[in-house]
Amino acid sequence: MEPSELKRSKDSPNSDESTRRSSFPDEVLERVLSLLKSHRDRSSVSLVCKDWYNAERWSRTHVFIGNCYSVSPEIVARRFPKIRSVTLKGKPRFSDFNLVPENWGADIHAWLVVFAAKYPFLEELRLKRMAISDESLEFLAVSFPNFKALSLLSCDGFSTNGLAAIATHCKNLTELDIQENGIDDKGGSWLSCFPESFTSLEVLNFANLSSDINFDALERLVGRCKSMRVLKLNRSVSLEQLQRLLVNAPQLAELGTGSFSEELTFRQYVELESALSNCQNMHTLYGLWDAKGIYLPALYPVCTHLTFLNLSYAALRSDELAKLLAHCPRLKRLWVLDTVEDKGLEAVGLNCPLLEELRVFPADPFDEEIIHGVTEAGFVAVSFGCPRLHYVLYFCRQMTNAAVATIVQNCPDFTHFRLCIMNPGQPDYITNEPMDEAFGAVVKTCTKLQRLSVSGRLTDLTFEYIGRYAKNLETLSVAFAGSSDWGMQCVMGGCSKLRKLEIRDCPFGNAALLSGLEKYESMRSLWMSACNVTMNGCRLLAREMPRLNVEVMKEDGSDDSQADKVYVYRSIAGPRRDAPPSVLTL
Amino acid sequence: MQGGGGGSESGSLSTVSREDNMVVSSEDSSCPDESELELGLGLCLGGFKMHQVSRGGQFARILTAKDFPSAISASPSPSSSSSSSSSSSSSSLSRANVTAGTKRTADSVAAANSSSQVVGWPPIRAYRMNSMVNQAKNQTTEGFNSTMENHKSETSTVEKGTTGISSYHNSGNAKLRKSLFVKVNMDGIPIGRKVDMNAHESYEKLAKTLEDMFLKTTLNVNPAGSRALELGMMNKLTRSSKLLDGSSDFVLTYEDKEGDWMLVGDVPWKMFLCSVKRLRIMRTSEATGLAPRLHERNCQRQRSKHI
Repeated sequence: MEPSELKRSKDSPNSDESTRRSSFPDEVLERVLSLLKSHRDRSSVSLVCKDWYNAERWSRTHVFIGNCYSVSPEIVARRFPKIRSVTLKGKPRFSDFNLVPENWGADIHAWLVVFAAKYPFLEELRLKRMAISDESLEFLAVSFPNFKALSLLSCDGFSTNGLAAIATHCKNLTELDIQENGIDDKGGSWLSCFPESFTSLEVLNFANLSSDINFDALERLVGRCKSMRVLKLNRSVSLEQLQRLLVNAPQLAELGTGSFSEELTFRQYVELESALSNCQNMHTLYGLWDAKGIYLPALYPVCTHLTFLNLSYAALRSDELAKLLAHCPRLKRLWVLDTVEDKGLEAVGLNCPLLEELRVFPADPFDEEIIHGVTEAGFVAVSFGCPRLHYVLYFCRQMTNAAVATIVQNCPDFTHFRLCIMNPGQPDYITNEPMDEAFGAVVKTCTKLQRLSVSGRLTDLTFEYIGRYAKNLETLSVAFAGSSDWGMQCVMGGCSKLRKLEIRDCPFGNAALLSGLEKYESMRSLWMSACNVTMNGCRLLAREMPRLNVEVMKEDGSDDSQADKVYVYRSIAGPRRDAPPSVLTL
Repeated sequence: MQGGGGGSESGSLSTVSREDNMVVSSEDSSCPDESELELGLGLCLGGFKMHQVSRGGQFARILTAKDFPSAISASPSPSSSSSSSSSSSSSSLSRANVTAGTKRTADSVAAANSSSQVVGWPPIRAYRMNSMVNQAKNQTTEGFNSTMENHKSETSTVEKGTTGISSYHNSGNAKLRKSLFVKVNMDGIPIGRKVDMNAHESYEKLAKTLEDMFLKTTLNVNPAGSRALELGMMNKLTRSSKLLDGSSDFVLTYEDKEGDWMLVGDVPWKMFLCSVKRLRIMRTSEATGLAPRLHERNCQRQRSKHI
């Protein structure tokens, strides 16, 4: 039955009521709306009028839930009857850095149970920071006969046994994307669970896992899945094995190599190079674990059409990177380790004029005495050569206000500016002043800024700037910064589009927390840890704003009046019932 | 604490450090009067002396099985004074506790065997950190045909950058090594950590790392240091020193492959590595009743294995 027919028979027995309402027939409206993909557009549409609300909810096939506790699965199922694809995010982002207790929640199972009843034809599930057990994975595998795509990013609670269940039962699987999870790796036999008749896989990413897999099974799998376009191997796959896989899969668009380091004979090297050169569709390269500089030239044939190169697991030197980049003129996204140093970044600026995104990760984040890594000079060099740069994540040990001012002058289109000066509270190393002017320059110049992470020694002035200028800012991360409540008050008062605010170790207290009273309902969430917020402040917030969930995570032995970690988020599902004892809901 | 300078130099520090030193000395009068701030946790079993963390300053000791039968002599600490913290009063405590960025002496560099003392900083996902440790690789690149580009073997620069966290533990001798991360939980702290067992060569090293991880993170860190924050930190310090009362000492236990909880230190280190699944820093009050039984059960199991 057509969705529109079903709806009409349910909602309006008199089918010709269109003259009473709008002149737009329902089917046309629904048809048009079904073409809308962006969930924000859809939200806007649903607010127009009741008809549009209904048309939208009947035509929506994908739902994005940014905070799993903001809504319940029952409410979702009631509103959207036709969902085929779900994206769910769970824990606060700081759980990635061990700031959230392990049993905090965000378990997927309750959702799966509802989905099994209401969306038996569910095809896709994408989870981020959720807890998912092997039992849940098995349940998923057997409950949805049409299931096609599973993506798990930064999740935990499961093992390779769960993957085995997916491989065994999901006959129509096209995507299995296991990324950066806390997975209990019990061995690689799960891969052999894909039946010999299974040929539909298009995306396979198991780079997360460390154990050896049955290579023969993998080779056969890749050989028979002719539509495979994304293959990300784990470290246990050798160069020689990689070559064998590539020979059977020249159509690959994205490749994550395995270990790039064993010794090859000359013949093996030539074969590898040849296999790679046949991959004319390849635009993304990833992995390159332990990459040895000598083998990198094998990649040159692929480099010419690469747009995304992820070298963040390969500790390359500056000269090695420079040689490689000379062959990558079309690069748009580059991730590297800071072993490439400023000189390597100069090479980026020289060779990659189309670069839009750069991420530089620290190879040795905890060694304070290290004199290597990247400095402000590298970032500046990139900015001169790459005017289209709009996304940066930069870990460094020193920075200056002047450098940042130059950078944003060269690249005014930043949408994501994430600067991490790794020493908390470090000032401009030349002038010894706070880094206020640096971030002031960023927000004044980059009017399209959506996401900002600040670091270094910062006073309230930084936040005055942010509140005054960052009018498009949606996500702000703050650590070890600010001087008083005023800083946070500026942000809450000025950043009208703010959706996510995460703060740690700042001198913001109750006045700051409560200054956002009106704002939190229009935000997804607020995180404040190791600040000056007290339980009373949180209670007041919870009392004044009943539609917010105010959760406090207590640490044992701490002062009863201090609210060590506060997580505030809007919810139409009310307070959650699965919080562990260390989490108090006010 | 990261080289807290002279305890008496700054007004706000002196009270706390004096208190702590008093408590310390009441437990063990033979303990050298450390000028740095110290929080020592330990059961006093006659003549028992405290371990000193080489960096000096605040530390706490986690007991292992070794502590029960015999005492461990304290190694005097080269009191490395962090230069930055002795000057200003209000933020010295906070800055002193912040590892990155504070100037350190050569002593402390050499002694570096702990990860970041600030939880979750720098903000790098655990997954990436695990991968970096596994980057430790064999630097020899021979065995390559001469027609290939002649490439010098990589320098120590790369080695340092390559080995990541493992450079601490395999200083100068980067070899391919798998990491063995196990979860560690401490009673009373809801957030667990992970520690790489293969990065330690002995129980002492492991205990030190765990002390650094768990017993230093009770301090709030804020180099911007407002007055209120300083007070808050002082409160936390006083709170922590209550742990010295003896009612909340800690022991290190582990869960083995068979699911039993054992006292750490019973078996040779290598054997321990093979059987440890996870660790728990347990309150002694819970463990003292357990210890004999744990030993017993261990003996029983070992006996039954031989049958």
